[in-house]
Amino acid sequence: MSKQEFAHGHAAHCESGVMSLMMQHHGLPLSEAMVFGLSGALMFAYLPFVKLGGLPLIAYRSMPKSIIKGLQKNLGIKMKMQTFSNPEKGTKALDALLVQGEIVGAQTSVFWLPYFPEEMRFHFNAHNLIIYGKKDDEYLISDPVFEAPVRCVTKAMQKARFVKGVMAPKGLLYYPLKVPETIDYAVVIPRAVKKNAKAMLKTPVPIAGIRGIRALAKSIGKLEKKDRRYAKLFLGHIVRMQEEIGTGGAGFRFIYASFLQEAGRLLGSSLLAESSEMMTAVGDQWREFALMLAKAIRSKKSHSIDFPALQIKLESVADAEAAVYRKLLEGKLV
Amino acid sequence: MNNSQVPQHNISTYANNKKAIYATDENGEYTIVASSGWNVEEEATRQALLELERLAADAYESVASGKVSPLYFHMYDRRMDPQTLAQATGMFQWRIKRHFRPKAFGRLSARMVARYADTLGISVEQLCMLPTRGESGV
Repeated sequence: MSKQEFAHGHAAHCESGVMSLMMQHHGLPLSEAMVFGLSGALMFAYLPFVKLGGLPLIAYRSMPKSIIKGLQKNLGIKMKMQTFSNPEKGTKALDALLVQGEIVGAQTSVFWLPYFPEEMRFHFNAHNLIIYGKKDDEYLISDPVFEAPVRCVTKAMQKARFVKGVMAPKGLLYYPLKVPETIDYAVVIPRAVKKNAKAMLKTPVPIAGIRGIRALAKSIGKLEKKDRRYAKLFLGHIVRMQEEIGTGGAGFRFIYASFLQEAGRLLGSSLLAESSEMMTAVGDQWREFALMLAKAIRSKKSHSIDFPALQIKLESVADAEAAVYRKLLEGKLV
Repeated sequence: MNNSQVPQHNISTYANNKKAIYATDENGEYTIVASSGWNVEEEATRQALLELERLAADAYESVASGKVSPLYFHMYDRRMDPQTLAQATGMFQWRIKRHFRPKAFGRLSARMVARYADTLGISVEQLCMLPTRGESGV
């Protein structure tokens, strides 16, 4: 593993951004989109029985940490992942790694990081960032969702790393032990693409993949009979999960389209290139859907919200997205 | 989305930050564009923030009228609810809800109060009283 001066980069999503910067630092040029696509991170899940602040869980990607794990599995990278039972020990271990010159990935809460503006501070415990040094009492941090590097004092970082609750980070630190010099893209790309398409199309549960999108559409149709304030919060919540939570636009559909494009170029595959264009169009439709939701939230007269129209729109998005996966699954990629 | 269509609405919820958005250039090639925000996203984030503010303001009134303990306000002021506070302290929700009663809260051991204060990231003195009106907020 060749090591160089660490360079910060701006990314759409924290976990894929961290892994991309980390791999580049260790001599493997891998864009954020490639990290995202090769780890098979694209997903959709609608879990009405898991409530966050009274609203159901809606996810446009796979579980936190699955990008790190997916990349290990698919590319043969070996990562050291370490959690701690004691906060002081966790801080000591981090400081020791930094003294050795390691750049270290860390899982933290968003709420307790002081460099986050108040408007972005919510209780989300699975944020990822890179710590690449320490000066006096401040960590030097590359948080990929920020344009420039940031800093954070030791005490605040310890709090952010050791919050308890859903997806508690337990002080998780990670860094690569082994990074391959080259990757056989002709093998790994088709495998990752097919697997992801299959997961989206052929889920056994009616709340994941394309079926999950349809389930959400159905729930929107049912909002008509629900309390109006709840209905509006529900609609706003969908927009936030799709656009606000560092997705690169349209709930990771654009980042995946970017991956398909790059993959297509690497393999000289016109099928991947065409699929990329189709996925871009799907992303545009997701954005149109978000725009409709925003208008519905804005409307003063709540009875004027056209819930059936929202449901129909989302169902048409599901149809368009399913067509991309069918193309990827049925066609020959190389 | 074409990179000329990437919204640059300078939205308030970004607080002068920019997020990376994937968009295509004139040749159809994907690039990362730094966006100052989309007003659709702002609308949704604002709505969530207003809801949190509303909950904290309601809680403030309930505490001020003596119906519940200050813990109730500080929980919402830190953008939590009984569920998140239970997870963050590792305690059962029914136990926390008991401590919303002023009497039960008053009888808490110093250790218990410190545990709440630590989880909420405030001092014990702050936890045991209401801030002056207009001074709350994270």
